[in-house]
Order: sequence, then C-alpha cells, then structure tokens
Amino acid sequence: MRDVAVIGIGMSKWGECWQHSLRDLFVSAALQAIDDCGVSRLDSMYVGCMAPGLFNGQEHIGPLLADYLGVTPIPAVRVESACASGGLAFRQAYMEVAAGFSDIVLAAGVEKMTDVDGEAATYALGTAADQEYESFQGITFPGLYALIARSYMQKYGLTVEDLAAVAVKNHSHGLKNPRAQFQRAITVEEVLQSSLVADPLHLLDCSPITDGAAAVILCPLRKAMKLSKHKPVKVIGSGHATDTIALHARKQLEFFYSSAKAAEKAFQMAEVTPQQIDVVEVHDCFTIAEICALESIGLFEPGQAGKAAAQGITHLGGKLPVNVSGGLKSKGHPVGATGIAQIIEIVEQLRGTAGERQVANAKIGLTHNMGGTAASTVVHILEAC
Amino acid sequence: MFPPKIWREFPQRYRLEASQCQKCNKIAFPPRLVCPGCGGRKFNAMKLARQGRLVHFTIIHTPPAGFEDQSPYAVGIVELDQGVQITCQIVDVDLTQLAAGQRLIIEFRAIQKDGESGTIAYGYKAVPAMEHNS
Repeated sequence: MRDVAVIGIGMSKWGECWQHSLRDLFVSAALQAIDDCGVSRLDSMYVGCMAPGLFNGQEHIGPLLADYLGVTPIPAVRVESACASGGLAFRQAYMEVAAGFSDIVLAAGVEKMTDVDGEAATYALGTAADQEYESFQGITFPGLYALIARSYMQKYGLTVEDLAAVAVKNHSHGLKNPRAQFQRAITVEEVLQSSLVADPLHLLDCSPITDGAAAVILCPLRKAMKLSKHKPVKVIGSGHATDTIALHARKQLEFFYSSAKAAEKAFQMAEVTPQQIDVVEVHDCFTIAEICALESIGLFEPGQAGKAAAQGITHLGGKLPVNVSGGLKSKGHPVGATGIAQIIEIVEQLRGTAGERQVANAKIGLTHNMGGTAASTVVHILEAC
Repeated sequence: MFPPKIWREFPQRYRLEASQCQKCNKIAFPPRLVCPGCGGRKFNAMKLARQGRLVHFTIIHTPPAGFEDQSPYAVGIVELDQGVQITCQIVDVDLTQLAAGQRLIIEFRAIQKDGESGTIAYGYKAVPAMEHNS
C-alpha cells in the first residue's frame, strides 16, 4: 500500500446559494482544488452526495459533474452514505491511490438543498433513518437526536445549557471562518429562546439547510512534493464502520458504536493515540452529536464531554479544540459536502494556513463524519509532513 | 403512498407479527431472513405482546409532512415486555405527564394520511396502561 497525501483543497462560501446550481457549486470547488495544487490532469473522481434525486431531481451525477468539469472520460462516481457521503468519497479516493490504481484523484462533496421547500428537505434528510419503522411513525431527524440527548441527560445529568454551549462555541469559531454560512456569535440565552424543534433540542441546537461543495486532491506521497507547491498533508489513518439503521435496535443510544469502531481502525492504522490529536472536526449535526461523537471516538471518557464546551476545553485555545471551522452548526451542512469540508479544515490547520482559526503547533488532526443516527461513521487521521 | 407498499406492511403494522430465531430465541421485529443475534436462518412466526414501557421520548414541535395536524406530539422508543424495542407515538396522554419508565399498551391507530383523498395508513401507537384499563 502506498502512502497518500492531500495536495489540493477547494471550497466556496456556503449558504443559501440561490444563483448556483448543483453542477456550478461542484465545478467551482473542484477548480479551486485543482488550482490550489496546480495538477494538469485527474485520473479519477469520487463525489459524495446524499440525495440529488430528492433535492434536485437528478441522479447519475458522476458523469454529469465530470462532464461539466471537462474531465470526461475519466471514471467518476457518486458515493452515498447519507451525511457521511463526503467522508466516504474521500476514503474511496484514498484507497484507490493507496492501492495504486490511480495517481491523481479528486474527492469532492456537494449538496444543493434549497431547490425544494423545507418540508421536502426534511423528507429527503429523513430517508437516512429507517423509513418503514422510524420515519413512518412521525419521528424526524431532530427527533431521533432528541432521544439520544434524553438518553445522555438521564445517564450523565447533562443540562440544556450544556447543549447550548456547544452551539455557542461553534458559532464563535464560525465567526472566524469566511466560508461559514453563519458568521454570527450567539448566546446560550438565544439558543434556549429559539423555537423547540424536538424537545430538548431547539432550532439553534440544529445544523442548517445549506448549499455547498468542497473538493480535495489526493496523490501518492512521494509525488506530492513534485505536484504541489504546498506542504503535503499525509493521510495516516482511515476507518469506516456501520451500525443498525434504527436507533431503537441499539442497547445504548448515546454511545455511537460505528464511531467507536471506525476510530479504533483509524487509530490502529495511524499508530497514534487519542492523546496525540491536536485538532478535531466532528459531526455536530446537532449539539448532542458533538458530545456523543467525542466520547465514542475515544477523545473523552463516556460522560466527560458533556460539559467540555461550557468549560472551554473544546474552544479554540482550549486543551482540545473541536470544530474550529465552525462545525456543521455554523459553517453549514450541505450533507454530502460536509465530510470533505472537514478534511479541508484539517489540511489548512496542518499547513498552518488557517488564519484566525489556527490551532498553534497543530501536527495531527482527526475528522469524524457520520450518516443517519451514526449508522455510518468514517474517521480519518491526517498528519503534517 | 402506493397501495402494495402499505398492504405488504399490514402484518407488522396491524398485528405486530415478528419472528423468533429457532437457534438463539432472539425475536426480530420486523421479521428478518438472518437473525441479528446469531446469524441463524430458521424462525418461528409469532406476535409481540402489546404491553411495554417507555424508554425515551421527545415532543415533536416541527412535524414532518402528513403530521402537521397532530403537532405537538410525543414519539419515543417503547420496550415491549418480550424485550423488543420499537419507535412509535405515545398518545391519549398529557404531554407534561410523560415519564421514562411508564407502562404503555400498544393500540391500533391511524398514523398518516396521503392528502385529502389518498390512502390512510394505519399502524401502532402507545397509550398509557392505567388510562387504558380504567
């Protein structure tokens, strides 16, 4: 297996991009990634996208996007695993380069979510749960995470203020990210006064509906110096795992088994320990998700991450900065693009080019991207070269 | 909703039909072709008992399409007495009085309507056991 590096990154500002189509969003991010490293060709591409059929009435987006990027006839395929689609597109690209099938591979993610109304968007996102035995009963995605929050609260005594502190932290980080959808500070009071979506989760506990794309370019590490002007960032660990699709089929709701298994694989492969991680991007689709994710991947003991945001531990400048990009909460969550944007944040941190968001002396970073109620998780560990 | 899909789901939605593994006795709801407990492939058909307890619940304030007229409503995970957990609404209850652990009984109810003239889908919802008996 060959060592693999990320050499190019590209991402436009996320938000409600009324003037841009699915294909435009993708092409502009892909071009930025190509220009960032200056490669003159692509051998293959993977695009994470959860539900273009439901959001845009368009399937078969692999060739569509290759066509509009002007790179046909290279292989191009969409990767789908709900909100983990982007992270898994990255893993596919990584495995293809590591295995020696291709040298220069684009891993991208895109979701154009505002071409349908809120009701249709809620339906599309709900298809990541068990349609026949969960969604049918009238439970929404915020509802499923509300059950996880209740379970955590009952077990460890978490408060709604602790949950709100996660949103407040991620908004304070997003304020420093020019590509974030919301560059606005919020307070605990604002979170608690926002409308209840699914008790105990308020509107400001939830990540938003977002249009956006992100793209990165991978190549063999030994060719990275020649191909790119940037310091290469090496992929040292990759793990992917699954769990039951229905939340009710699990023994514990607040511990994400797929996240634990994916992280275990990634840490083993990277030969590093959780204590060596300098900066982390985790999948905070809801405030409670950040807390459960941090514990499940082993960065906190079970029950210990609940107050981490409120205590400043996970803030920029804290002991373990989490979601310095603003996370899904503030940067936005175009579902298929999220996993790639996490990789981009870590690459910028390890290159030392994250500006106001820079974590001092960041050498090793981790991304955690999950789909559904953690029925899928993909974890990557990256290291500065 | 297309009628064959609703029709196909009658045994579970109407009668809580499940399957029990002949090898390890684990109950699967809905029935499966492979036992999630031991990988066994032979099962006995059975029906789930309708008594259980509330494990966790939430109050949905922003409902999905088809549930607008019911909001706010409670939905949660119910553990039936044979150990199987299901997701369903908890109805005929004061939402402020709901508590994890309380006894529930599963009843047959309308779940959602496909517009004014479309199919009505029926299924199971939980109600408090005490009120049910009185």
